[in-house]
Amino acid sequence: MPELHEVRIHGRGGQGAVLACSILAQALIDDGMHAVAIPSFGFERRGAPVAAFLRFSDAPIRAMTNVYHPDCVVCIDPTVARAVDIYAGMKPGGTVVLTTKTSLNELALPAHVARAGLCDAVGIALAIYRRPVTNAIMLGAFARASGLLSLASLEQALRRMEYRDAGVAENLAAAARGYDETRVYELKGTAHAAAVA
Amino acid sequence: MSVAETESRSSNTARSAVCEGNEAAAIGVALARPDVVAVYPITPQSSLVEHLSQMIADGRLDADLLNVEGEHSVLCGLQGAALAGGRTFTATCGPGIAFMFEPYVRTPGLRLPMVASLVTRDMLTPQCVWGGQQDAMVVREAGWIQMHCETVQEILDTTVMAYKIAEHRDVMLPVNVCHDGNYLSFGVTRVEIPDARAAEEFLGPASINWHVALDPARPMGVDPLTGGSGGVGPKTFVRYRKGQCRGMQNALRVIRETHAAWGERFGRYHAPLIEEYRLDDAKYALITIGSMSGAAKDAVDTARAAGEAVGLVRVKTFRPFPVEAMTAALAKVERVGVIDRSVSFGWNAGPVYQETLGALYHTGRPVPAISFIGGLAGADLTAEHFARAIAITRELAWDGRPREPIWLNEND
Repeated sequence: MPELHEVRIHGRGGQGAVLACSILAQALIDDGMHAVAIPSFGFERRGAPVAAFLRFSDAPIRAMTNVYHPDCVVCIDPTVARAVDIYAGMKPGGTVVLTTKTSLNELALPAHVARAGLCDAVGIALAIYRRPVTNAIMLGAFARASGLLSLASLEQALRRMEYRDAGVAENLAAAARGYDETRVYELKGTAHAAAVA
Repeated sequence: MSVAETESRSSNTARSAVCEGNEAAAIGVALARPDVVAVYPITPQSSLVEHLSQMIADGRLDADLLNVEGEHSVLCGLQGAALAGGRTFTATCGPGIAFMFEPYVRTPGLRLPMVASLVTRDMLTPQCVWGGQQDAMVVREAGWIQMHCETVQEILDTTVMAYKIAEHRDVMLPVNVCHDGNYLSFGVTRVEIPDARAAEEFLGPASINWHVALDPARPMGVDPLTGGSGGVGPKTFVRYRKGQCRGMQNALRVIRETHAAWGERFGRYHAPLIEEYRLDDAKYALITIGSMSGAAKDAVDTARAAGEAVGLVRVKTFRPFPVEAMTAALAKVERVGVIDRSVSFGWNAGPVYQETLGALYHTGRPVPAISFIGGLAGADLTAEHFARAIAITRELAWDGRPREPIWLNEND
């Protein structure tokens, strides 16, 4: 049975959550997977909560629908979790990848989360872009925390894109720092203990 | 996002891309090499015409771009271009097609073989900006051919094929290639891009309607006053209308031939009129249209795995309605549930349901049927919705009376 992975990316309008989802689809397809990225649809405004969805599998994907039961939740904004329930419908045993400066013990993660990747993406973004644009950084964080995508594949996908606001070099540096500086914690059965990276 | 292309070694496939449905449509348009593209952006079509504008600005598509003040002018401009012998393209949806309506209804009668993407959107009011097929259903009697796509790849391929169909001398009618706003217009996945020369060879030179083409050496009044109750009026008008109807019926054959030729050339065989999915040993079936069909097929597989004898029919060509193909498919099953992304105000049901009832008449037997309406104004239709539709359809019994439709998102 082919394994289907479902990812939901949360962010705010203007941060590039939808573009990040497309870049992720590109990277996974370059890795030989099938992938479909679907943005949530609103009249997006800068700062308003947005979400984007991704399915990937080694088998073709037919459903062109939103994701309701993600295996993985990626949140590229540090405050959007106050406005929306970013863990809604998450499958037990899933992975969360969060933009945060907070330590694991201070985060109120749902009990069924098995793995957490934490990255101070805002801090990295301010250093690289001088603006809190976190999408490329959080793609690196996703690659690191999920283990489902190599940094090399992500970098190749980033090189293929055309950008309005930043250069390829900056985005590559951002993804690499996101990858390197993400702390990954295995939580299963140990109530948010044991740092593994 | 912007297209990222990968070289391919296959002879008829130039490369692949990871792109949204709107970009896939733009790539298909570029392969057909239209002479004139007229645009007015409207959600959720906007990125399609942005991609085309970019291609023209970059010199990747050698077409004249008419960036006009509204959709009415879009189509008036293209009528002029088509009458001057040009291959044309535009894209619109929802309120755009409403504003375009007057030249829109005239285009089929002028027998102008245009291609226009309809990035389907629900109609106002209530105010909304999201997908739904109400716009396509509102114009279903305007005389345009309508083909509804399920996947991003099918958008690209159908957009190219549409020119071959429209320009066929037995058809000579405009085509709307329809794809669902939001889920398909913005859904990103991998597509294969045909080699430009192979696509050019497939289409051949533009075959516009040379009979009405403007030619200073051959002055002619195009579309003079016709009809009334005296003289040659009635029979002249009938000749035009009947010819239009015949063109639509011919299109059923040409659409089949074109899809078969596409499959032979590019290796991708898309169902031309309707697609039967796990239907041959089915006792009952869902009827779907557009991008919802993928999740519906997943639901059919799940039900099959649980021992349910359910199949699916996806309507690709909605205008002309493939009555024979649909009748043959419906003859295989005992109950049907039809899922619409729009409503028929006249029938308190969905339009595809209404059309299915028409085809059922030709099976010569009473078949219990029910109308499901969902996915309006951007609402999602998931495998869970289709599982419900399957469970309800399975229990249908004939009672000879119209049923209330079931609104699938009513309690979401």
